[in-house]
Formats: sequence, C-alpha cells, structure tokens
Amino acid sequence: MPDVRLVNVTKRFGKIVAVDNVSLHIKDKEYFSILGPSGCGKTTLLRLIAGLIEPDEGEIYIGDRLVNDVPPEDRDIGFVFQTFALFPHMNAWENVTYGPRVKGFDVKKAERIGHEVLEMVRLHERLDAFPHELSGGMMQRIAVARALAAGAKLLLLDEPLGHLDAKVRNELRYEIRRMAKDLELTAIHVTHDQSEAMAISDRIAVMKKGKVLQVGTPQELYMNPKSIFVAHFIGGANFLEGFIADVTDKTATIELRGGLKIQAVNKGLNKGERVVLAVRPEVFTIKRGERRGTNSISGVVERIAFEGTNLRYEVRLENQDLIVVVTPSLSCEWFNMGEKITVSFQPENAHLFAYPEVGMREELAVE
Amino acid sequence: MPRKFVEKLDKLSSKSAVKYGVYLTAVVLFFALILVPPILGIVIKWETMQEIFGNSELLTRALNAVSNSFVVAVAVSALDVAAGIPMAWLIARSRSRWANVLDTLADVPFIVPTAVLGYSLLLFWYNPKTVSEIFWGSLVSPGIFLVALLHFTFSYPVVVRVIVGALLDYKIEYEQAARTLGAPPFTTARTVTLGIIKPSLIAAFILAFARSISETGATMMVAGAFENGPIFIQNTKDTYVGATVFVSLTLIVISCLIFAMVRVLGGRLKLPIKGAWPTIERKISYSKAVSARNSVTLFIFFVIVLVPSLFAALPAFEALFTDIFPKALSSAYPWDSYWQSLVLSYSLGATVTFLNILIGLPMAIIVARKRLGSLSPILNTLIDIPIIVPSVALGVSLRFFWKETVAFISEDWLLIFAHLAITYPYFVRSMAAAIERISLELEEASRTLGAKPLCVFRTIVFPLTKYSMFSGAIMVFTRSVSETGATLAVAQRKTAPVVLVEWVKGKVAVSPLEIGLGCGFLILISFIILLTLRLIVRGKGRY
Ligand SMILES: Nc1ncnc2c1ncn2[C@@H]1O[C@H](COP(=O)(O)OP(=O)(O)O)[C@@H](O)[C@H]1O
Ligand SMILES: [Mg+2]
Repeated sequence: MPDVRLVNVTKRFGKIVAVDNVSLHIKDKEYFSILGPSGCGKTTLLRLIAGLIEPDEGEIYIGDRLVNDVPPEDRDIGFVFQTFALFPHMNAWENVTYGPRVKGFDVKKAERIGHEVLEMVRLHERLDAFPHELSGGMMQRIAVARALAAGAKLLLLDEPLGHLDAKVRNELRYEIRRMAKDLELTAIHVTHDQSEAMAISDRIAVMKKGKVLQVGTPQELYMNPKSIFVAHFIGGANFLEGFIADVTDKTATIELRGGLKIQAVNKGLNKGERVVLAVRPEVFTIKRGERRGTNSISGVVERIAFEGTNLRYEVRLENQDLIVVVTPSLSCEWFNMGEKITVSFQPENAHLFAYPEVGMREELAVE
Repeated sequence: MPRKFVEKLDKLSSKSAVKYGVYLTAVVLFFALILVPPILGIVIKWETMQEIFGNSELLTRALNAVSNSFVVAVAVSALDVAAGIPMAWLIARSRSRWANVLDTLADVPFIVPTAVLGYSLLLFWYNPKTVSEIFWGSLVSPGIFLVALLHFTFSYPVVVRVIVGALLDYKIEYEQAARTLGAPPFTTARTVTLGIIKPSLIAAFILAFARSISETGATMMVAGAFENGPIFIQNTKDTYVGATVFVSLTLIVISCLIFAMVRVLGGRLKLPIKGAWPTIERKISYSKAVSARNSVTLFIFFVIVLVPSLFAALPAFEALFTDIFPKALSSAYPWDSYWQSLVLSYSLGATVTFLNILIGLPMAIIVARKRLGSLSPILNTLIDIPIIVPSVALGVSLRFFWKETVAFISEDWLLIFAHLAITYPYFVRSMAAAIERISLELEEASRTLGAKPLCVFRTIVFPLTKYSMFSGAIMVFTRSVSETGATLAVAQRKTAPVVLVEWVKGKVAVSPLEIGLGCGFLILISFIILLTLRLIVRGKGRY
C-alpha cells in the first residue's frame, strides 16, 4: 500500500529554500505529477521522497512507515533519473537485473524478472547493448525497466522524457502511464511540461519557488485555477487589469483600463478592489465589426500566426491592452491583419483574482 | 607585449605553414631529445653485455636486483591503490571542512623531495634515538621493508590525487541509481563506482609502479645491504658497464611488458560486479563499520604516511638552537656544497619547467585535439614511454648516447636533457587532459567570431587551463628537484638530493642534526611552493 505523505517538509541549500513547507498526500496506485518551471524544487522534492537527500524539517511517510531515517536502498522505490544514469560499464541486461541481484534474489528469479520487464518495454533483442550504443528512447526504456525490475510499488520519475525528441516524448509518455497502471504502481512524475502533465496524470501538484500552489486533477486546474500563476502556467491566459466597479450577488462588474466595463463571476471580492481577470485565449469568439452585447470589446488584429490546428491572433483592444486569441483553424472564420473586429467571452469562462500584492511581474516570475 | 606584435603573431598563426611548423618542431624535439636518446643509448652499448654473461656471480646479483625491484613495485602499488581508495573517498565525499584540510595534507609527502622523505623515514622507523626509543629499539631496519614503506609513502599522495580526481569527475547519479535499486553503500561502491572509475585506478597503479621502479636517491638511504635495480646500477655503473646496460635493459623490457599487460588485462578485468552478498555487505555499509574504516584509513595516513614524512623537521628544529644554524648560514664546509647544490637544483628545476612549457604545450594540443590526424594517437602512446622507463636506466642510457654522439657535451646539458625526459610526460599528460576538458565548441565559437588560432589559445584555451598549466609546472619542478637516480647517472655535479644522500650514507662527515637541518631547508622551500600553489589556485580552478 504505497501511498506517500509529506508533512510540512522543508529543504534548504544554504540560503535557497528549495522545498518550502510542503504537505502532500499521494494516494496508492495514483499517477501523480509534480509540475513547475525549472528551478522550482521539483527534483529536490522527488529526491527527498527517494531518500537521496534528507529534509531539514518535516516528515515523509511511505505507506504507514515514517522514512526520514531510512536509506534509499531500504525504501523500496524505483527511480528514473533525468539523465537515465544507466551504468556505463554494464550492458542492458546487467543494468536491468542489477536491482534483483543486489537485493539478493536467487539467480533464476532475477533472470525471470529481467525477461519480464524487458518484454514490457519491448527491448528484448538489445540485451547485450551497452548504454552508449542505445538511442535516447531506448535508454529511457531501459531506465524504466531497471526501475521496475527492482520490484518496487512506488515509481519516481524525474523528467523521464526531458532528454528525448518531441515525437518520441509524446509516444513514451502514454507508455509509461500504461505500464504504471498495468502494474498497479504509485507513480510520481516530475515535469516542467504542462501538456505532458495534463495528458497523463490523475492529479497534478503545481509548484513555484519551493511551494505547492495547488493540487488537483488536470480538469480542476484548468477550470478552476486558484491563483494567477496557475492560470498562467496551466493553459495560459490573458490578464486584464482593472477594479471592481459594482458587485451584485454573483456577478462583479469590472472597469478595465480606459473605462471599459465587463462582467465576471465574483468570488468574494469587494467593490473598489483592484483585480486581474484571466481569460484564456481559446474562450474568446471573434466577430467582424463594432462591439455589441455584454463582454464584447472591439479591437484590431495586429498579428496572425498559423499554427496548424489553430490560428493565433494578437489583438490590440480599444483600451490599448494587447491580448492573444486562439481559434480552431478549420471550423472558424479567418481574419486579416489590420481588420477591425470584436472579441467576446462568457463571464463564467473568465477567472477573477485580487491584484497580487507583489505585483503582476513578480506573481508570474519563475525565479 | 606591444599590441601590434601580438596581432602579427595572431595573423601568422592562421597560416597553416606556421601552424604545422610549430607542431612539427614540437614532434621533432620530442623524438630527438626525449624518446630516441634513451633507447639508442642502450643499443650502442649492446656489445658490453657479454661481460655479464661470463660472470655468473654478477649475473645472479643483477637478476636478484631486478626481481627485488619488481616485487616491491607490484606489492607497493597494489597496497597504495587499496589504501588510497578509502582515503580518496573520504576527501571527495565528506562534506566536512576537514576534508579540505585532509586534501592539503595528503599532498605533503608529494611536495617533500624524496631524498628528504627517505631520511625522514629512516629517522622515524630506524633511528634508535627518536620514536623507536619508545618501542625499545628500531621498528624497521634498513632493508626491503623500509624500502617498501618508503615507496608506499611517496606514491600514496599521487594515487590519492588521481582517485580523488576520478571521484570528483564521476556522476554521482550512478551511485544514487544503485541505491534506489536496493544496493547498500558498500555494494554500490564495489559494483558501480569502482567499476566506472577503473581506468583511473589502473592509471594510479601505473604511476605508483613506475615511481617505485625508478626511485634511487631515497631508496639508497634506507636500503642497507638490500639491492634493487637502481641501486645495483648505481653500484656498478663505473665498474661494470655491461651489467648496468643489462639491468637497464631488463628493467625497461619488463616494465613495458607489465604496462602492456595491465593495460590489456586491466581493460578486460571485470570487477566482481556479478555476485552480491546482501547480508554481509549490508553489515559493513553503515555507521559502525564506516567509522571503523575511516579510522583505519586516517591511522594509515597519519601514522604511516604523514608523520614519518615530516619527521626530519624535528632535528631541523633542534638544530636551529645550536651553533649549527649559524654555521650553515655562513656556508662553512660542508655547507658550501649544500648551498651550491640547492642553487643548482632549483635553477635546473626552473629551466626544465620552462623548456617543458615550450616544447610540451604544442604536443599537448596535438594530442588533445588530434591536430596531426592519425599520428596523434600514436604520439599519445609514445609520450608515456619515459614514465615507464626507470629513471636510472634512462640516465645511464642518455649518458651513453650523448657522450658517444656529442663527445664534448657539457654536464649541464646532460642534466637538463635527463630531467626533461623524465618530467615531460607528466606535463604533457596534465595539459592534454585539461585541454580535452574544454569543449571543442568553445574554440569553434571563438573561431566563428573571428579569432585567429593563436588568439583562440590566448583568449579561450589559456585562461581556462592556466591553473592546470600552473599545477603541471609545479609537478615538473618538484619532480626535477627530487630526481636522484638519473642525476647520479649523468653528472658529477651534485644536486641537493645527491648531497643529502651522500651525507646520510656517511661519505661526508656531518652530524645528524646537520642532515636534519639540510632536510629542513628543503622542506621549508617545498612548503612555500605548496602554499603559493594553494593560494593561487584556490577556488579559481573550476569553471
Ligand atoms: N545540491 C544542491 N546544492 C545547492 N543548491 C541546490 C542543490 N540542488 C538543488 N539546488 C537548488 O534548489 C533549487 C531547486 O532545484 P531543483 O529541485 O533541481 O529544481 P527543479 O528540479 O524544479 O528544476 C534551485 O534553486 C537549485 O539551484
Ligand atoms: Mg529538475
């Protein structure tokens, strides 16, 4: 039953607080991702769980066992390193069977496990190859196979796809999830790639500067970001600044720069407060001509990029704010550079936040 | 230097004729001064060897001496590597401040000239008046054991340095991976770390081995009646030329064979990574066993290596408060020859260091950057040869060669050539390694930005390698100052270690306190060098 619990865990390197008072509960058999910009402390968090470094404060439980003082070899984990760390002086087979051998399994059992995991990653024909003879994708699969062969029920992956080409990366991410699910493992997957995390995770923890900002399913994080940073990091958004001009029961009327008034769902903010409204590029609709109806703003198309699936417009609004709008390239009308248009969105599709005390720049900063 | 001049040189360097001219000169000088003379020297005296085959007593003595050399060298090198691994581990992995202190201390025996080291050990282990007194007599008498102790001591720092370097370069993630797969620390070290740094272990073994086969001066001090190759050559070089040639040749041939064997077998040799003994290894992986191991390691370092190395400082210190000190400073007999030898030793060291930079640097670039195509890997192997040729044999052979070819050659040149040949591989090796560590892309980037080859060297390669160059130079310098075997073989003029050997061997009437003081001055100068090195290099060596 390897669920993992972190209770108020802190890790410092000199003055840097790499992991700052983090509490998390990762459930048994869950595929859990830790997502954040690079340098935010993801690797450190994972190494703390693995026992490769020790926390300065807090407790770490694997299953029901407090593991703070348990060395990594006794934690019963599998760890896949970002650089794979395949032993360069052993071939694929020796790498894969290393875990069973050092754990003292008898030779037959070690070999059986070796065959099983190599079967699973479909690399059976490359038993004799040394790491430097394998491609990146193969090395990655051997690294996963090696971690699985140790028989652990908790799999820790540190950016396991970070060193691969985009194409291989997209294939392998589903393969890893499938294996984790087939073997009923608890997996903790560290990544800085939000699309990767969204695609394969049961739940995601978003980190910034050593802190966990929000934990939730991919849908929750997308639909209900609890902070400007999460809205920005997951999915991305346009941020319109203003203040609350009026509040009714559920709706707030916001006055943007230049006196534009729009409406959004209010979440406990008061009249007169300074706010930021996050609107994702894909929730806008674009029409030709002058503005009409609520939550419509007129503007001019300043730049267009064709991205294949989508068209990406940069639109200068009438109050001089610049926003990004994305529309499906096949099912929507196309607009031209310099064309006068109107963008609009549904109030329930925008997220309203109090203006951050630290300022927008600092709120979105990753370091 | 005036800017114009530098710019001119930069321009010149992009002409391929000039570039290859420099490289070719370096290669030619390497062959003419370093590689060929020691080999030819033996060949031209080939005939004299008949002498020894008619004299069975001499032959037995010669063969005994040779086998003594190899027995000591193999045993000592193996022990050095075994003792060096845990020490290097302690230095490279410990997070405490003491690791740094330990790191500096480990260099001490390296920087102390070996002749001084020999006298120090003699005092510590043998002299009935000092430590040995506490144990009712001498601990170790002059002879094979004291020789082995001596060789163990002077190779220890080199071995530790090489292994520490390997451990620092090594990616710690391999170890962490093994730990997460369930291997306790000891198993991890045995199966993963040592397996990966094996080439460095082999290199360390070879260095220790070569030094042990070559060392002469200090060995003579502690050998008593024991005779190994270099001592035999020393004893017979004026009476039996044939015996000297024979022993030199045998030492060279067997050394080469052993190196070839270590290279080939070492590559194949699989460390025992297959088996695993989880229960035992688990027991020796954690706290108690680890502190026991560290205690033994530190004990060996302090009691067998460090304290005996510096023991000559005691009588030196004592001498400061007697009338010997003013006598020494006034350079009355025998101190006049001592000070002369000191001047000779250090000026010789400086000259050789300078020449090494001049002819070694282009070679290092050729080897590291493969500038001469398919010739480069061949040169890469050839530059190591002077390391494996025992330095006495090298000296003997050089003397034959130069005396035969250029009869009027002065002794000074012979000394320079001998020291140059001995130190050259050390300098080229360390520079080549430093240059290899710089990514080629940096040089290419600089070229694409418009820099000429010499300019690339001045602005990119030199700043990034100057600390390696500096430490390479120091290594050459200390090695030259310590060198005794080849020096004795080629010259009548006396360098500092030669003078000390004579004093210790009782060829000049001096008191123990005087010898101690003589050693003391050398130790002092060495320490000044070591500290300067540390101060200059500290914290700047890494990029
Ligand atoms: N061993 C270490 N020593 C000092 N600082 C470290 C060490 N490991 C990580 N850090 C610092 O901790 C912070 C978090 O690093 P890391 O966990 O590697 O981030 P991520 O994996 O999210 O990119 C960074 O500022 C990094 O510089
Ligand atoms: Mg990381």
